[in-house]
Amino acid sequence: ETFDNPNRDYLFLSKGHDVPALYGTFVELGWLDAARLKNHLSAADNIYWHPNTKIDGIEFHSGSLGHLPSVSIGVAMDIKLRGGKNKVVCILGDGELNEGSCWEAVLVANAYKLDNLIFVIDRNHFQANMRTEDLIPLEPLHDKFTAFGAVVKRIDGHDFNALHDTFSTFPFEKDKLNVVICDTVRGKGLPSIEERADRWFCNFTEGEVNSLLKELEGEAMTELESETLVVR
Amino acid sequence: MTYEELLKQTALNDERFIVMTAENRALVRTLPAVLKGRFIDTGITEQTMIGAAAGLALRGRIPVVHALSSFLTMRAFEFIRTDAGIPNLPLKLSSFIPGFLSDGNGATHQSIEDIALMRGIPNMTVFAAADEDDLVKMLPQIWQLPNPSYVRICTRTSLYKHNDFEMGKAEVISEGSDVTILTYGFMFEQCLIAKDILESEGLSVGLLNMRSLKPVDEAAILKVVKNSEMLVTVEDHFQTGGLYSILAEVLLENQKTAKVLPIALKEKWFKPARLNEVLEYEGFTGKQIAEKILGTRVNATQPEIALTEFAE
Repeated sequence: ETFDNPNRDYLFLSKGHDVPALYGTFVELGWLDAARLKNHLSAADNIYWHPNTKIDGIEFHSGSLGHLPSVSIGVAMDIKLRGGKNKVVCILGDGELNEGSCWEAVLVANAYKLDNLIFVIDRNHFQANMRTEDLIPLEPLHDKFTAFGAVVKRIDGHDFNALHDTFSTFPFEKDKLNVVICDTVRGKGLPSIEERADRWFCNFTEGEVNSLLKELEGEAMTELESETLVVR
Repeated sequence: MTYEELLKQTALNDERFIVMTAENRALVRTLPAVLKGRFIDTGITEQTMIGAAAGLALRGRIPVVHALSSFLTMRAFEFIRTDAGIPNLPLKLSSFIPGFLSDGNGATHQSIEDIALMRGIPNMTVFAAADEDDLVKMLPQIWQLPNPSYVRICTRTSLYKHNDFEMGKAEVISEGSDVTILTYGFMFEQCLIAKDILESEGLSVGLLNMRSLKPVDEAAILKVVKNSEMLVTVEDHFQTGGLYSILAEVLLENQKTAKVLPIALKEKWFKPARLNEVLEYEGFTGKQIAEKILGTRVNATQPEIALTEFAE
């Protein structure tokens, strides 16, 4: 019912490799039948490592970093042209901010006073292989966005009250791009993975997955041997 | 009718149209005042312009996008391929100063691999206009296609009055049994001259203005292969990936062969200069083309070549 309504709020996941989180959310929302998740990487379905529009609820395909900031700009521009009130949210990774196209997009979004557009930065402090600050330092990130003309909020990305309050007060300032930097912990809830660059992209064994699921429930830590096989 | 007038009328009559540019206003100078919110200049940001155009197209708009050919097709290539090609969105790319028309800019601005690049994108359609008359006859249909389209823009005035455009079809200027020249875009002007010179030398000369490179007019190609001793492809493009390659693909697909002389840029960028001097230096004037085809000198005179508006 909301999938094609032009007055819907739009979500663009520019950080495409986060799509498992979207799949999980869509299952919770009843948009995606949980049974389909076992079709992951099967040619019989369309569930693979990055978002695609064959999955109901996904607005645009992504996976190539730094694309959806500008795509979301186009949508926000059209909504403004048509006098719409709906909002456009684009989620970016902090590693993704290495791509110049992201900053180009911030400049253009600011020039066109797109206060109906929100760039949410998943500031988990990691890129593919290491901490962002050890490779391409981003701090002070708040100042970078402000200097580019955006109005910026920075919150704890795991604090649902802060998230709720922040996302229900738009625009932060008239005629300005909204940017929400969400400080998060990569692998939050799984101490054996949290903040472990070598545990970012692994083929965990069946056993490891089961113990990780228990760990998520707060039981014992998991003994992990699988090494990362980062393909980035 | 000029390109700008056609675009203005089209956009005023159909609010789906959005005119965009990466600060190349040469073709659209009067449109900002007329189209207001539906004219979007994203500044010198080819990638953001294409991504935003895709977002607008998602909302049902038809973005007509303007940029210098080399930056549009190379700087923004991945955005065109991924944000317009994959979802098959109707972005209409107006590619400014392609081929020799970049004259004195130098290699940085020379877009002589654009046909190869653009035709390699699934769903993308590829066109080239010989001059402004040809252009305004082709664009209305191109702008209504549901697919993304790439058009080499040429707004030079020409003496030749073109036929109406039929999607995917070449314009048959003449048929000839000795030789048929196949060309597209700006080079049409010089091929017309070459044809006249060759005819005065007693040859029966065919000339095809291809207009559409993808889809290409296979029937027209196969016909000239049958009826012409020799074919000549003429293009201000690298020999690899352009019309010569397209012709080779058509021949192979139909298990045909032909004697073909490719006149193209061979693994090099061309000499930057005033346009007439570029053609002279690189051997692409009508007279030089005729001489290459004949294999001998001719004493015909090469008509004057108008300069580009910037070089006057």
